[in-house]
Amino acid sequence: MAGKGRGIAAFTFNIEALGITRGSMPEAQRGPTPLFPQIEYKPGPLKAGEDEDYMRALKQEMRGRMKDLPFNIKPHSGKSDVERYKDKYTREIKKIEDGNWTPDWNRLPKELKPQRNIIKKKMDFKKFKEMSKKDKEDMLSKLDELDKRGDGKSDEEDEAKGEKKGDGEEEEIEGNFEEEELEEEALHTIN
Amino acid sequence: MQMTAQEERLCGLLLQEHFGEVVEKVGTHLLRSGVLNLRALVHETKLPLDLVKKSVCVLVQQGMCSFSAGRRGPGAPVEYQICCEKVLHMLRYPHYIYTAKSLYGDTGELIVEEILQRGQMTMSNTVSTVADRLTHNMPEGQCMDYSEVVTAFSRLVETHFLQRSPSVTPAGSSTSGGADSNPPAVTQPIQAETHPDCYKLPYINISGKGKRRRSDDGDADQSTAKKAKTDNSEFGDEGIYWQVNFERFHLHFRDQAIVSAVVSKLDQTSSEIVRTMLRMSEVTTPANAAFTQALSANEIFRALPSTYNIARPILDQYLTLLVDDPMEFVGRTGDSGGGMFVVNLHRALANLARATLESVVQERFGSRSARIFRLLLRKRHLEQKQVEDFAMVPAKEAKDMLYTLLSENLVQLQEIPKTPDHAPSRTFYLYTVNQLPTARLLLQHCYKTVGNLIERRLYETKENKRLLEKSQRIEAILASLQATGAEAEQLTEVEEMITAPERQQLESLRHHINKLDSSENQVDETIFLIESYIKSTKSSR
Repeated sequence: MAGKGRGIAAFTFNIEALGITRGSMPEAQRGPTPLFPQIEYKPGPLKAGEDEDYMRALKQEMRGRMKDLPFNIKPHSGKSDVERYKDKYTREIKKIEDGNWTPDWNRLPKELKPQRNIIKKKMDFKKFKEMSKKDKEDMLSKLDELDKRGDGKSDEEDEAKGEKKGDGEEEEIEGNFEEEELEEEALHTIN
Repeated sequence: MQMTAQEERLCGLLLQEHFGEVVEKVGTHLLRSGVLNLRALVHETKLPLDLVKKSVCVLVQQGMCSFSAGRRGPGAPVEYQICCEKVLHMLRYPHYIYTAKSLYGDTGELIVEEILQRGQMTMSNTVSTVADRLTHNMPEGQCMDYSEVVTAFSRLVETHFLQRSPSVTPAGSSTSGGADSNPPAVTQPIQAETHPDCYKLPYINISGKGKRRRSDDGDADQSTAKKAKTDNSEFGDEGIYWQVNFERFHLHFRDQAIVSAVVSKLDQTSSEIVRTMLRMSEVTTPANAAFTQALSANEIFRALPSTYNIARPILDQYLTLLVDDPMEFVGRTGDSGGGMFVVNLHRALANLARATLESVVQERFGSRSARIFRLLLRKRHLEQKQVEDFAMVPAKEAKDMLYTLLSENLVQLQEIPKTPDHAPSRTFYLYTVNQLPTARLLLQHCYKTVGNLIERRLYETKENKRLLEKSQRIEAILASLQATGAEAEQLTEVEEMITAPERQQLESLRHHINKLDSSENQVDETIFLIESYIKSTKSSR
């Protein structure tokens, strides 16, 4: 930066007008400020009283309660587990409501309604898919390998094939926007 | 609607806390993008379609998301939009509920709590749910009658704390090519007020008592309860939903803030006078008015509560005191009827905001910095030397303090050139504080603070997850043991499963979380004040 002396701090305005002399400049920063800097004036205490305690309790209760309402939407769990024995009772004790709450469809756009009929169509679609060329070739090559290796290892191969087919299909289906129940698909193929 | 990074972050945290990470993801993307249709939303969030649909349903139900027919004309897909303000209101839910409790008792409290949790409810559903809850807490053999709950509900509606959810015209299908599609009407929560029947109670045929929920009845009870809930048609108010009227609560909070400011600045009696004036003006003053309708001293005298037995000349003195006070809570607008008086709502809010700003500077930078800050607020523009003189602070320290305030953006520097060439030696450099932008800055700091508080609480909970789960399991075991009538030694045996140091750790964790939660509530009070002030400046422009 061109200035009256290279490397020497020079300001574009007369700093004396601000009342700051060269000597009183704070030290240059050496790296970022600490994450929790020392504060000169400690913060005052929180308001403490019946009202505040009650409102805090309300807040905590509501937080707990909201987790159990059907509005709390859980992501799809990976594998649908066997329902644990205790789940039935925890649900009752905590008064967890039905996972599926039904909104008033008169007040929402129709496109938000979950579509049930697509699953039926999917069943036929999948049979069709199984016969796709890529899979046929895979199967043929696998069968050739099996012939060579003999029956001893055939079981393992089958499982691996099943998984691979499942993955292949899932990838193809994901591109489709109409797709709904991903879980059902996965279950179906592994079976 | 423009949104700052801090607002976005806080909205995300609140959505996650109340509705989980799926809704949070959907909500955050909608917030960032402004307006999106369903397909674009699925594409952006990369979530499965059914989850996105459910999330949008939840957000609309909760009044935080509105939808409208596509802008590109009929046949365009429905577009969704999130109202950031509504999401941030979730921070204030405890305050709304507590206010309902103080005004209308436990019944009022539960009504507001249920409606807040579910976004919107029919009157009949609310009445039965609340009656059940109240019955549950009553001693054995007693039941809460529906009529009491109906009364409380009606009063909440009459005083406008509850209002009908805006109606929606039936939504047509929005898939491509729908020539007969009837696009859904724009539903923006603000429009609730324009509905003519906004505060009209429906006639419902509801009578009965709350049901006590017994754990041994189990399934039988559940099926009847479920049936009662879904069967609204028998009550006659199907399709009529009620939501909380946040603006009405905010007016109440504003009035409370003004009254408590008067108490601390003047005295109890003055505050009662102001409270009376505000109460008299409740229905006649529009929401964003700068001051209440003029009230004569005679009217005020007649309306004072009977417990405040002050003589008429004393009232006049108090009113004069209020008018002369620099906080300008009350103004005199005429002489008829013994004097016409108004409460200066916007002035009061501005002064409350100013006091907040000054307090923040004082607590963070000390009383001398606060003095400088107050000085600049009042005198507008001052030179370096003038600041030193007026604030009575030695030059070197004044410079330090000004520099600190400047680096925090609480104070700004204004150049006033004396000559056209803007030569530095011939330019005035004036320090200045502008209340409105500084208030906006503080508001953003508040949002950031609450975000930090929430994140810290999540961190503390996560760090101690194992211990918390253990403690919950043991409590559940204890509860079931007690219910089945176990002996004392069995109970102590279970209690001892938590070691003493673990107990201490749990206690300390509870203490920290309580502190963090209380802090959130308290910061929200500041947020409310500043938001109210900023809003008031918009309408008076």
